[in-house]
Amino acid sequence: MTFEPKIVGILCNWCSYTGADLAGTARIKYAPNVRVMRVMCSGRVDPTFVLKAFAEGADGVLVAGCHLGDCHYIDGNYKTLRRMALLKKMLSDYGIEPGRFRLEWVSASEGGRFAEVVNRITEDVRKLGPARFREARKKRISVSAA
Amino acid sequence: MAKLKLASYWAAACGGCDTAILDIHEKILDLAAAADILFWPIALDFKYQDVEAMPDGHLDVTLFHGAVRNSENEHLARLLRAKSKVLVAFGTCAHLGGIPGLANLFDRRQIFQRVYHTSPSTVNSDGIEPQTRTTVPEGELTLPEFYDTVRPLDHIVEVEYYVPGCPPTPKQIWNVVQAIVSGQLPPKGSVVGASDKTQCDECPREKHEKKITGFKRIATAQPEQETCYLEQGFLCVGPVTRGGCDTRCQLSGVACRGCYGPPPGVIDQGAKAISAIASVIEAKNEAEVERIIAEIPDPLRSFNRFGIPGSLLVRKNL
Repeated sequence: MTFEPKIVGILCNWCSYTGADLAGTARIKYAPNVRVMRVMCSGRVDPTFVLKAFAEGADGVLVAGCHLGDCHYIDGNYKTLRRMALLKKMLSDYGIEPGRFRLEWVSASEGGRFAEVVNRITEDVRKLGPARFREARKKRISVSAA
Repeated sequence: MAKLKLASYWAAACGGCDTAILDIHEKILDLAAAADILFWPIALDFKYQDVEAMPDGHLDVTLFHGAVRNSENEHLARLLRAKSKVLVAFGTCAHLGGIPGLANLFDRRQIFQRVYHTSPSTVNSDGIEPQTRTTVPEGELTLPEFYDTVRPLDHIVEVEYYVPGCPPTPKQIWNVVQAIVSGQLPPKGSVVGASDKTQCDECPREKHEKKITGFKRIATAQPEQETCYLEQGFLCVGPVTRGGCDTRCQLSGVACRGCYGPPPGVIDQGAKAISAIASVIEAKNEAEVERIIAEIPDPLRSFNRFGIPGSLLVRKNL
């Protein structure tokens, strides 16, 4: 069976989610691998969400919000910028390749760009293959079997 | 009332938790008056066979220190679980993995390579590594199997209570002992011997609005002793660490390193630390952000120093 990446996309309500919606209404074809989760602001994205996604079996995580300066809540995405930069460093400490995690800015009018972003991360993750954190966690109780 | 039957065991631990128990000083006599200690390898000469000979549920309370890193630790974890009515994960290693849990950034192969071959103090020209079974003229010798992954106690067996701390403070240990003796224990699964607030809530240092423009290290810069460490640019994981230790580190001149684990409601201490600390970095563009966070040399080990095995991802993916 060929490997189909499972990617969790966490999108802000005001820009990126609307951008994704536009990609749909404009009937742009793009990879179906991203499972979208809507949050009110990319500043709401707790790094815990990203770790949890990997722990539960995601092969990649995409976080998208408004372009810097366009945040509906003025400076929410500046916090995202700083958090995700630090999170990226921590993910590489955990052995998660940089290609599996992406922070992108997608505005409400950028349906085409949303499709490109999704295609790019899907291809990157496809090349990297499955992330195996879920299997690692399943072994939790039966240590001696490992 | 019959005397309580108590046991205390160390798995992958440094012995600091046992020492901390002795640090309750003369109150140890009160403890001995209320309880018979039936197993305590660091202080009393009981053998594993003595525990194996007990009927199941014979021990009222077992304080289990240390993480589970080899087959001996796992065997004792399962054995003491069966023999104890109440099993307490005592100290950060049993609670979250602790300092031995940092080994989860490597696997057995890498650790053996370093320890038995490449470390500068090693002379091992024959390349000998420990074997679980070795035959000698007198018979067969065995060693426990070394696992790839360090686990907190509750990955192996069910645990009733958690006492955090590296080590738990003697004051909190005494509170826990009193709770055990009086039988007034909270619901199963609770963290006992700690508060429900964060370190910052209990830290006496002055706090203002935080805007961090760069990070300093305690080895190369002198912190001012009245103000919040984080405000001064010293990494402190107090915002995401459970209180209850009387902020002893902060009062002694070093920032909180997080040994009491996450406060209630926080799943992953390291992830929350990123959230808290990154949001007070004063940077408005990518280049500035990169410059400032480059001054945090090792985010995972700085933010989740004591809890990698108990964190969401458990270990490094190799």
